[in-house]
Amino acid sequence: MAGGSSSSTAPAPSLVDSLFQRSLDDLIKSLRSQPAGAEPTLLSRALAEIRREIRSSDPDTKAIALQKLTYLSSLHGLDASWAAFHALELLPSPSPLHKRLAYLAASLSFHPSTTDVLPLSTHQLRKDLSPSSPPPFSSLALHLLSLSASPDLARHLAPDLLPLLSSRSSPPSPLRPKAAAAALRALSVCPDVVPHLFKPLVDCLSSPDPRVVSAAVGAFAELASSGDPSSYLPLAPEFYRLLADSRSNWILIKLLKIFARLAPLEPRLAARLVDPLCDLLRRSSAQSLVFECVRTVFSGLPDHDGAVRLAVDKVKDFLASADDPNLRYLGLRALSMLGPRHSWAVEESREAVIRSLADPDPNIRREALRLIMGMVFDSNVFEISILLVNYALKSDPIFANEILDAVLTTCGRNVYELIVDFDWYVSLLGEMARNPHCTRGEEIERQLVDIGLRVRDARPELVRVARDLLIDPALLGNPFLCRILSAAAWVSGEYVEFSRNPLELVEALLQPRTSLLPPLVRAVYIQAVFKVLVFCFNTYIDRLEISRLSSLGNSTTGGASSIIESKSTAAASCIADGTTGIESNDGIAIGDKPASLFSSIENKDPFTCESLTNMLILIETAVDPLAENDEVEVQERTRNVLGLIHMLREIPTWKTEEQGFIKDNRIGEIVNLLQSMFSEELGPVSVNAQKRVPVPEGLVLEENLANLAWTLAEDDTAPFMSISFSLRSHQHGETKDNAASSVQSTSLLAEHRKRHGLYYLPAEKDGTESNDYPRANDPLLPASQGDVSEDLVKLTDQSLIPRKVKHTKPRPVVIKLDEGDGVSTSPSTTVKESKDDLLSGAIHDVLLGKERKPSSSQKKYSDKSSRRRVKDVSDNGESVSLSKEKLDLGDREHRSSGSRRSKHRSHGKERHTSPQKNDEKEEKNHRNSTRSSHHHERHKHRQRGEALLDVAPQAPVIQDFLL
Amino acid sequence: MIHFVILISRQGKVRLTKWYSPYSQKERTKVIRELSGLILTRAPKLCNFVEWKGYKVVYRRYASLYFCMGIDADDNELEILEIIHHFVEILDRYFGSVCELDLIFNFHKAYYILDEILIAGELQESSKKTVARLIAAQDSLVETAQEQANSISNMIAQATK
Repeated sequence: MAGGSSSSTAPAPSLVDSLFQRSLDDLIKSLRSQPAGAEPTLLSRALAEIRREIRSSDPDTKAIALQKLTYLSSLHGLDASWAAFHALELLPSPSPLHKRLAYLAASLSFHPSTTDVLPLSTHQLRKDLSPSSPPPFSSLALHLLSLSASPDLARHLAPDLLPLLSSRSSPPSPLRPKAAAAALRALSVCPDVVPHLFKPLVDCLSSPDPRVVSAAVGAFAELASSGDPSSYLPLAPEFYRLLADSRSNWILIKLLKIFARLAPLEPRLAARLVDPLCDLLRRSSAQSLVFECVRTVFSGLPDHDGAVRLAVDKVKDFLASADDPNLRYLGLRALSMLGPRHSWAVEESREAVIRSLADPDPNIRREALRLIMGMVFDSNVFEISILLVNYALKSDPIFANEILDAVLTTCGRNVYELIVDFDWYVSLLGEMARNPHCTRGEEIERQLVDIGLRVRDARPELVRVARDLLIDPALLGNPFLCRILSAAAWVSGEYVEFSRNPLELVEALLQPRTSLLPPLVRAVYIQAVFKVLVFCFNTYIDRLEISRLSSLGNSTTGGASSIIESKSTAAASCIADGTTGIESNDGIAIGDKPASLFSSIENKDPFTCESLTNMLILIETAVDPLAENDEVEVQERTRNVLGLIHMLREIPTWKTEEQGFIKDNRIGEIVNLLQSMFSEELGPVSVNAQKRVPVPEGLVLEENLANLAWTLAEDDTAPFMSISFSLRSHQHGETKDNAASSVQSTSLLAEHRKRHGLYYLPAEKDGTESNDYPRANDPLLPASQGDVSEDLVKLTDQSLIPRKVKHTKPRPVVIKLDEGDGVSTSPSTTVKESKDDLLSGAIHDVLLGKERKPSSSQKKYSDKSSRRRVKDVSDNGESVSLSKEKLDLGDREHRSSGSRRSKHRSHGKERHTSPQKNDEKEEKNHRNSTRSSHHHERHKHRQRGEALLDVAPQAPVIQDFLL
Repeated sequence: MIHFVILISRQGKVRLTKWYSPYSQKERTKVIRELSGLILTRAPKLCNFVEWKGYKVVYRRYASLYFCMGIDADDNELEILEIIHHFVEILDRYFGSVCELDLIFNFHKAYYILDEILIAGELQESSKKTVARLIAAQDSLVETAQEQANSISNMIAQATK
């Protein structure tokens, strides 16, 4: 047959190709008999073969080539988009075999947006969809349309779908459900076709054929879940009727899906759904249906306690099904839908939930974890976190990290809003870091530093935790922990004044195994050493001076020189702070007797001349080799440290005698300078900070920096000095206060000062800002949440390590800058796609227009509802405006949208009047979201009423379909 | 809705793929690769649901073959399990105790059967009998057409001899 055409072009298939073409079976057999490695060559050879054969003019050869290609593309992942045209060529074939293959190839390879020959199929599809073609052909065309409908294709073929969609042949046509599915796809890709297809689709709901009903319900479930469900609210009575009548579980599940979307929009609908839903819950033996009921109740009717109670009981059955992991999984999922309002439900099944953490199935464990984390409040975060972190030690690595993740995210949420006891939380972070599976270094690092910056009261504990981490040589080898160690090094350098033993710290920071760390972390380590060094020298010198002063003060009455005093107070405050940290851990009140304070330091004092010399030697030997390090950060920090050491060495006096410091004041000056450099407190930076920095007058930011040279040539220490002065004076005041007050008031006062005086960047509005600070012991917080959380405290009654919450300690102040700071918790408004807007708008129009000739099923509701309307209006706050509007409508023959709009405005409620305003209306709907949806619904009824007026102005009936 | 149906063998070989949402070939390969890594490694007697990139994948193993369907997060997992079972039963009835080889050598028939059960990612026919009847009708249509064609070509072949 194909012999004649073989002579045309060079690569065209020859007769030999056609005669000896490999069939699909041959291809499959050859693929299966090959060793695994040879597959790619075999595939490319087969593909070359197909490329040649597919251009044959013989339909048989072409069809077999296409079939082989389809096989290769769908099962071996080869690209078949190049053959789209060849599939098209075979579509019109009269042979059912070829047609079937061509449609199969097309449905598997066509892509609505990338297949450029798709428009060429329009004609053939139309032909196959026509009633005159055999039903199997139409079925193939419907399948292709449902899979690869582009907006254009949908628009052109919508009229051809109509006869299939509205056929009422006596043996129900098998094509009608398929047409409904194709119509769904056409509607969702192209809202323009709504006027054609929507009404026939609605009519399908009342078809006697359950298949058609099922397809239509499925289509509406899909539409309602992808778009704005309020558009389908007018169809609620029809769905309700089906819910009552239908016996098919498939249909019922889809109906419940629709109602789960509609019920939150319309409380009356929800109220009416309770009975049938409870009925189904009690009666049905199909678990899938029961689960759907549970889900509908939880998401749609959370206010109806009876239904929720029943559903929760079903969930308990699910959770208790030992032999079916599916039901256990779904039970947990369902519970997590309930939310904190119904935490009693979780409380009731807490045993099952906690047991699920040890389930063999990781998915069930994860679900249980998610559920538990959803129920965490500030009162139980303590127990739950400890329970989970301990459990993480015993579980497998993946789940352990999921647990750590969950705990970190929950506790860190909204700037640690759940955490009251930061000492506990910081030590928990330390424990997490020691979990052998821990790979969450980055987040722990972030939180350690963040807490250091934000929570002043947590710093002593933070330094203690950091020391424990730094001192452990085993942790250095773990690459996941180096970030945590970096944070620990930074914390212990920055807040070294809280450290019990700076010498030990230096040793830890310089231990040989630090060579395992990545360069950037090493740089942090060395910088920390630098800070510790400066601190030690500073403390030492200050202590010397104070002792000298006190001896002076004893002999000559109070005649200490003012210069020395101003210098020493800064250091004294440091020491005082240091001891505050140390001693508050032991629970001893501090700061009442400065004399004893100093002597206590003296006792276990690391700051002797000898120990400082040792420290210098230690640092020098450990750091010296790094001065030639390749990494610039490490090198630079090292050189800083070495530079300081050399500078100190050059001053010879101090080596010989302690008093040398005082004789040669240079050391004191150097150290003080550096100390003041480090003593300025770092604070968290708001994300909006940059905006708040005012541009100084006369500063031109775009100007070239060339003439900056002379500015630098001037004495550049001047501005630096001024900063250090201001700091000192600040600290001076603080020490005085510290000495006079108790622990709590110390921290509070310091915070107060911090808030109003020393702020990292001044806030715009201090007054309102201060309201954002969660007050310690705020009575409002526990009161609002106490009720719900009480149950959850019990959740962990059986926890592994029962511990009591220490309510004695007030929550320290956590610095929180503004709303932009940290993780925003405000729910982001969902922005719907414009297509959805168009679709729901179009459907809305159709439903509007439909009222002009109401369908039979809705007629019977209309007269009932008009009666109901009166009742409804009376119990509604809008009654006045409604009746007024009705009067207006009665008076008016023609509607003038402009004047009406102004009237609506005068009612004070935004009404959507003309269809032209659709866009605006949609926007508004999204903005107002759920709260307004009720009004929106109501309004729709009114609109419909208006539409009815055109037909019968004497009877202004406003339908209420929900009855 | 169901976004895709994938049949994978225990060894990770793909036996059938059907996509009800538009995916490019590259995305398809990626989905298959990631899902087979996710599903084939799961031990037996675990739950049949896997979360994957905002979708849920419901899978069920029959002999050496995993039937997987990707669905939306709010779809009913148990219903999808029913659909999978429904599909398997129909395949079983059609091929007469179906095995993996049946699907390999008759991959197009598996597609035709699937097309009678699902359309546009929704279940369209819940009756096994009806599906069997529709498939049989199509097969006979094709067969009679083939017989006719064969007889004509036979005649031509006879005539040209």
